[in-house]
Amino acid sequence: MSTAPPVAVEPGATQALGGVVGRRLRDWIPAVAVLVIVIGGWQLAVPALGIKKFLLPQPSSIWNAFWDNHGDLLHAGWLTFQQAFFGFLIGSGAAILLALLLARWHALGRAIMPYAIAANAIPIIAFAPIMNAWFSPFGQSSKIAIAAALCFFPVLVNTLRGLSSVRPQSLELMRSYAAGELEIFRRVRFPTALPFIFTGLKVASVLAMIGAIVAEYFGGTLGDLGTLIRSQYQVFDYTNAWAGIFVACLFGVGFYLAVALAERAALRWEPSTSD
Amino acid sequence: MSVVKIDNVTKEFRGGTVALKDVSLEIEEGEFISLIGPSGCGKSTLLRIIGDLIEPTRGVATVNGKPARQARKDRDYGIVFQDPVLYDWRTVGRNIALPLELAGWNRQKRAERVKEMLALVELSGFDRHHPWQLSGGMQQRVSIARALSFDPALLLMDEPFGALDEMTRERLNMELLRIWERSGCTIVFVTHSIAEAVFLSTRVVVMSPRPGRISNVIPIDLQQPRVAATREEPRFFELVTQVREALHLGADLDVPAVESPV
Repeated sequence: MSTAPPVAVEPGATQALGGVVGRRLRDWIPAVAVLVIVIGGWQLAVPALGIKKFLLPQPSSIWNAFWDNHGDLLHAGWLTFQQAFFGFLIGSGAAILLALLLARWHALGRAIMPYAIAANAIPIIAFAPIMNAWFSPFGQSSKIAIAAALCFFPVLVNTLRGLSSVRPQSLELMRSYAAGELEIFRRVRFPTALPFIFTGLKVASVLAMIGAIVAEYFGGTLGDLGTLIRSQYQVFDYTNAWAGIFVACLFGVGFYLAVALAERAALRWEPSTSD
Repeated sequence: MSVVKIDNVTKEFRGGTVALKDVSLEIEEGEFISLIGPSGCGKSTLLRIIGDLIEPTRGVATVNGKPARQARKDRDYGIVFQDPVLYDWRTVGRNIALPLELAGWNRQKRAERVKEMLALVELSGFDRHHPWQLSGGMQQRVSIARALSFDPALLLMDEPFGALDEMTRERLNMELLRIWERSGCTIVFVTHSIAEAVFLSTRVVVMSPRPGRISNVIPIDLQQPRVAATREEPRFFELVTQVREALHLGADLDVPAVESPV
């Protein structure tokens, strides 16, 4: 039986808001439990096993180091995040543009894709010192360049896959309505590709932070996160270095969540984005 | 004036497969024509040539008295596939409104028409649902509503109920007949099911493969309007047998194509 009466699922409007919030909280319980167990175990294991402080400090002392110095650390994180963010914008933007061109002109794709794939095998991180030579080691450009280069490929590949995953019948349908290329792109190709693009952007958001920090290791301005972590290691202040890593995590996770939230806003129609 | 005129159409695909060879067919206004035949007989290809989604290698397809290409550009037909091809990012209402948007209807006219079409396919109240919230049968009804939303004179259907269970299929057959009577459109319907073809059609076009051609055209003289009891009439079974035999003649024995009796 698949006609009337409807077997349709009523949309969320009929569910009480309280119910939704309660369910969301319950969904989070396993993750929170894991966090508590891991942090607690770490906290207890360090003294119990006699682990040296320079090998692995306790979470509580990392937290204290962070809290004592949170102004500088968050400022450093913010500087690094800005570089990561601009790199993300440039790299992802360029990747989406190139994917649009490659999807539109297949011959171009056949000419360029082999090199794009080969280029992806290059360990871009290893270019960080060279980028510092190309641009100024003390400027932001070299870090933005590394972050952009790291973002480029995952966004390119995912966007291309999305643009080419339009079903042939979708195109036939649009042709039957005498729709032009631009209409087909706007109403079919782009919406079809959007979930794929966001998958690429989520990967890219994490890579951008990593790229910016690593680039800073090879010569950043004083006060950014990579330089801060490196200089703490150099003076054997491992707990403060860990506090720097903690801040890098905060910004990295925040960046990822921001992209994921944008995804959810853009893909409200998708049943799978509600989990 | 015939709504569809196929004049000596041949379609060869790259690699030399002859999907259709010298096919001619005329369809009059208000007819319900089924194209039936085994896989590879070119029935879907013929439907796509009428819709100018495939170009014939030789021969001419005319729709509403003009070349098929012009008819497509004038949006003279609606099409329904086996897969409903609904866009997940649009609500049911906005899926139905898609061809109206492309034709430049304003918002208010679109909303009115969507409401009418939802009533026509008995889905009133599902305007704001998303396609994934509907069953397969309901999705196909949305697809039919979309195809008819801009009042095309011709409805092309490519095995629209092929993926549905028997119960749903019979129900949708009845609904389709009701829509056909009410709208007065001409329907070209591709199917694998002999019973479905006989029950729905005014004429059944039997096709055979290698190369794809029309081997027989059988007029269906069952009384209109067709009702559930039509399926139990002796004449219905006679016609089913006649179509079945025509199919077997076309497919198994390599007899020359029979001239159409109409």
